[in-house]
Amino acid sequence: MLKGKVHKYGDNVDTDVIIPARYLTTTDKKELASHCMADMDADFINRVVPGDIMVAGWNFGCGSSREHAPIAIKASGISCVIAKSFARIFYRNAINIGLPIMECREAAEDIECGDIVSVDMKEGIIINHTKEKEYRAVGFPDFMQKIIDADGLVGYTKKEM
Amino acid sequence: MGMTMTQKILANSAGAGAVEPGQFIMADLDLVLGNDVTTPVAIEEFKKMGKAGVFDTKKVAIVPDHFTPNKDIKAAEQCRLIREFAHEMGIENYFEIGEMGIEHALIPEKGLVVAGDVVIGADSHTCTYGALGAFATGVGSTDMAAGMATGKAWFKVPEGIKFILTGRKQKWVSGKDIILHIIGMIGVDGALYKSMEYTGEGISELSMDDRFTIANMAIEAGAKNGIFEVDEKTIAYMEEYSTKQYEIFRADEDAQYSEVYEIDLGKIRPTVAFPHLPENTRTIDEVGDITIDQVVIGSCTNGRLEDLRIAASILKGRKVKKGVRTIIFPATQKIYLDALREGLIEIFIEAGAVVSTPTCGPCLGGHMGILAKGERAISTTNRNFIGRMGHKESEVYLASPAVAAASAITGKISSPEEVL
Repeated sequence: MLKGKVHKYGDNVDTDVIIPARYLTTTDKKELASHCMADMDADFINRVVPGDIMVAGWNFGCGSSREHAPIAIKASGISCVIAKSFARIFYRNAINIGLPIMECREAAEDIECGDIVSVDMKEGIIINHTKEKEYRAVGFPDFMQKIIDADGLVGYTKKEM
Repeated sequence: MGMTMTQKILANSAGAGAVEPGQFIMADLDLVLGNDVTTPVAIEEFKKMGKAGVFDTKKVAIVPDHFTPNKDIKAAEQCRLIREFAHEMGIENYFEIGEMGIEHALIPEKGLVVAGDVVIGADSHTCTYGALGAFATGVGSTDMAAGMATGKAWFKVPEGIKFILTGRKQKWVSGKDIILHIIGMIGVDGALYKSMEYTGEGISELSMDDRFTIANMAIEAGAKNGIFEVDEKTIAYMEEYSTKQYEIFRADEDAQYSEVYEIDLGKIRPTVAFPHLPENTRTIDEVGDITIDQVVIGSCTNGRLEDLRIAASILKGRKVKKGVRTIIFPATQKIYLDALREGLIEIFIEAGAVVSTPTCGPCLGGHMGILAKGERAISTTNRNFIGRMGHKESEVYLASPAVAAASAITGKISSPEEVL
C-alpha cells in the first residue's frame, strides 16, 4: 500500500517541464530528481517527501521520450502518479522502470492538492483519506502486470532471455 | 476483420497471421536507435540484463546529435560513453561528428529504414520513418536496452485513425502546415495510443520531405506512429538511398478505424502553433502582430534540403531584420553539402543568417540558440512547451520554413506573401 500527500497538476504536463533538457547531461538519479518539475513548480523538490503522490489531468508526460522524466519523479520520492490519461511513451517508460502509475479519471478530478491518498496497486483502488472517498482505477492487462511483477523490463527481459 | 497498415506490419513482425487492436505482441525489430541523451541510460540498463553483445551489430544505430558537437564537459562525457559502447559492441551504425546528422534525417538518408520495417528509437520523433511505410515508434531507454539485447519489443496493437488527403496544396503550404492543421484539429492527445495513417490521392502531391515532416509530428498528437501509404515516390526514395529489401503493406479495404478524416489540402493555409502547445494553431491570416527575437530553421522536423530551398527562395536578395537572430541548421552533413553546392548557404549568409553544423541543439533548449527571459522565437521545430528553447518565460511559435524565413525579414510573424 502506497500512501502520501498529493502534489496536483493540470493537463498535458510534458516531459520538458518534468525535467528540462538542459539537465539531461547526467544519468545520476538524485541529480535528475533535484531538477524535477523545475520549470513548472520550482519549489516541488523542497516540498516533496518520500511516499508523496502526484496527481494530474489528461496526457501526463507528453512530448519527449526521455526516461529521465519518470526516473526524476521516482527518485524525488513520489510513490505513485495518478492521471486521467498518460502519454504513451511515458506510460511505457513508467512500467519499464517500475514507477507505479494509475489511470483514473474520477480520482484525478476529485483529489486536491494536499489531500492524503493511499493506493493499492494490486487491487486498483485509490483511497482519499482527506475526503473519505474511494476510487477504482483502470487495471493493467496481464502482459503489463508480468512486467510490473518483475520490477520492470530489465527483470522481465532477464527472465525471458 | 481487415487490418490497417500498422496492424499488418506488426502482425508480420510478430509472425502472426492477424492481429487485433488491444492485443499484445512481441515484434522482431529491424532497427534499434538511440542518441547521446537516451543511450547512456540504455547502456546502464543493458548491462543489468547481463548480455555480452547486441542482438545484431547491423541493426543498432547510435547517433550523437542532441548536445553535439559537445556543448560542455558533461555532454562530452556522455558522448564518450556511447562512443566506447558502440566500439566495444561492434555497432556498425555509429555516426561520429563529421559523418552524422540529426538522427531522423540521417537514418533514412543512410538507407537504414525501408517500408515494412519495425523500428524503435529512444527518441520520440522516431515516428518520422512512417513516411517510408515503416512502423516506427519512440520508446524510452530501457526499451532500447531490451531491444539491443533481444532484437524484440512488446507492443499493444493500436487502433488507427485514417486521414484521407485530397486536393492540391496552396503555394507556400508544406508538410508542416498540414500536420499543424491536423494537430490543431484533433489536439495533442487526439491520437493517443493510436496510429495515424495517411492515404488518398492528395499524398501523391506531397514530396518525401513533406511526408517526413508530417510523420515526424505524429507524437505531437499523442500517436504511437504515423504512416504513409507507399507510392512511386517512396519506392524511388528507397531505391536511391537503400539497398535493403522492402515490403509494402497496404490496409485492407475493410480495415477498421476509430476515426476517419477527409482533408482537402487546398483549404489549408500556412499555420502557426502558439505557445505552449502544438495544438494552439492559427492560420497565418489570424496571427496578428507578433514581433520576434529569433528565427530557427532546421531540426528533424524541417531541416531537409527542400526546407532549406524554400527558406532560401524567400531570403534570396533580402536581409533579415536587424536584431533578429536567424539560425539555420541543415539536418545532416549531406544536406549541408547539397545546400552549399546549390548556393543556398551563400544566400543565407548574405541575408544575415548564421548556418550551423547539424545538431538538435536549440530545438530542445540544449545549445546554439537558447532564449532569454521574455524572448520570442519562431521556429520550424516541433515543440513549443514551456521552457522548451530556453528560459521558462520565453516563447516558441511553430511554423513552416516559408513562414519562418518571411518572419526573419519582417521581424514579426509573417506570411511569405507579405515579403515577396
